[in-house]
Amino acid sequence: MSWWQEVKDQITESQVWTSIFRHGYDDTPRNRVLMVSGNVWLHLHPSKVRRHATRMRFTWCMGGITFLMFLVTVVTGVYLMFYYRPVAQYAYADMKYLEFDMPFGMLMRNMHRWAAHGMVIAVWLHMFRVFLTGSYKPPREFNWVVGVILLVLTLLLSFTGYLLPWDQLAIWAVTVGSNMGRATPVLGHEGPFKELLGVNPLYDARAFIFGGGEVGPHTLLRFYILHCVFIPLVTSLFLAVHFWRIRRDGFSGPAL
Amino acid sequence: MATVSSPGSPAGKRVEVSIKKAMGPGDDKVHTWPHLVRAEFLCSVLVLFGLMVWALLVNAPLEEPANPSRTPNPSKAPWYFLGLQEMLVFFDPWHAGVVLPSLIIVGLMVIPYIDINPKGNGYYTFRERKWEILTFFLGFHVLWISLIVIGTLLRGPGWNWFWPWEYWDPHKVEALTSVNLPYLLGIRDYFWAAIFGLVAILGFFVVGTIAMYAWVIWLKGSEFMERWGAVRFGITSFLFLNMVAVVIKMLMRHMFNIKYVMETPWINV
Ligand code: HEM
Repeated sequence: MSWWQEVKDQITESQVWTSIFRHGYDDTPRNRVLMVSGNVWLHLHPSKVRRHATRMRFTWCMGGITFLMFLVTVVTGVYLMFYYRPVAQYAYADMKYLEFDMPFGMLMRNMHRWAAHGMVIAVWLHMFRVFLTGSYKPPREFNWVVGVILLVLTLLLSFTGYLLPWDQLAIWAVTVGSNMGRATPVLGHEGPFKELLGVNPLYDARAFIFGGGEVGPHTLLRFYILHCVFIPLVTSLFLAVHFWRIRRDGFSGPAL
Repeated sequence: MATVSSPGSPAGKRVEVSIKKAMGPGDDKVHTWPHLVRAEFLCSVLVLFGLMVWALLVNAPLEEPANPSRTPNPSKAPWYFLGLQEMLVFFDPWHAGVVLPSLIIVGLMVIPYIDINPKGNGYYTFRERKWEILTFFLGFHVLWISLIVIGTLLRGPGWNWFWPWEYWDPHKVEALTSVNLPYLLGIRDYFWAAIFGLVAILGFFVVGTIAMYAWVIWLKGSEFMERWGAVRFGITSFLFLNMVAVVIKMLMRHMFNIKYVMETPWINV
């Protein structure tokens, strides 16, 4: 076996290897810390956490699952973007094309859709858990506020994506969901006090969301960009703040 | 129980302390790797596996191509907004679609600032924060989740109520017999009806705030009220009364067929 050991040593002691992997895999306390602190992804965590914070009974794992669902939609979403054109003539045909002709197209679409629903459910359960453990109490008040913003962003992500298949379900669900825009007081053309600013169907709060008087091709492009670029970017920024604050404030738990 | 000599004790004299106490607070910590990372990994694998199976078994819906000239009946918003769509039964769109969502978002955001109960921070307890949890339960489970279930399962064509075993008859006729509260009480004049409505709404908030004040004092004592402060109390009671108002309006509609409390040419509540 010594030749094997020799080859192994040659590799793991070479300049290339040591430039990538900084420490071995031995189960020593030092390595356990390095595993986390030396890894860009894992160092979102502190290198030590209180015992109860590792228990699913406490966290329900729901914040993590929300984040996981977000990552799944990012990956599958990029795949879908290769085949989808946000143009009214093509969008629906592209969906069919994607479902029947693209390798794994249907699977990717299904995963994207169900992960989006899963994210909405998980974020609610996460909020409920944080409420029940009172984890919003000082010093974590602000992170709860960031969380509420993330909740709204999650719903908006889902909602803007709903339009993209450009089928009956899509345009009517979005029409119903956005109709409240026209009822906004002062800013909507069917809202109370609509006379004040002289709003009309083509120039009011809903038209600003739709990019026109009703759900149309302009809305498709607008929602596409919101869905694929703008809201994911904003969400990522707030996620960064959210995770950072968890690190700064420490994880909540019963007093020792 | 292991023994350690505690630093403050006279030399040679051994004092029994449990290891946990001797090490002081902050020391139930474990290494993230492997303890937390392992849990996260297993959880991710399980969830991804479940998602994959689900995605293999159930296809995402794709209906006919979009057709702006054919409105389906019923037209439903995405399921997570159905609680708000259900509110359209009870309130005008500006209220159900704009005011209530804003109040929900703001209301959620202020929770950490209006809840000054220091207990129950970081562990599960019902006894130590009964009222907070009951209020959250009313808002989240009763008013949000259950209305989503109703909107998803029990609302059919014309947004009429259909039990799951009933046929979705698009021609079902519901008598529109709703009346306004002032009318029900015998006020026939538009002007006075509007005045009555305004007084009723303002009265609800004034009386409600006073009642809530008295209730908090009775429940927690005036020392608590002093610590809580006028601003916190004001915000809390305003939001809470709005939530109660939603329930009251729903009951008035379902039991007495009341449409508006106040009707004016500009705004109806
Ligand atoms: C996109 C949405 C969100 C993601 C991905 C997310 C992610 C996470 C993660 C991974 C944690 C670590 C603990 C855990 O898993 O429970 C956490 C903690 C926390 N989250 Fe979120 N979260 C989101 C939304 C929210 C919302 C909606 C709220 C509240 C309204 C919230 C408030 C908090 C608070 C206060 C903590 C600290 C908990 C503690 O110290 O016990 N988050 N979040």
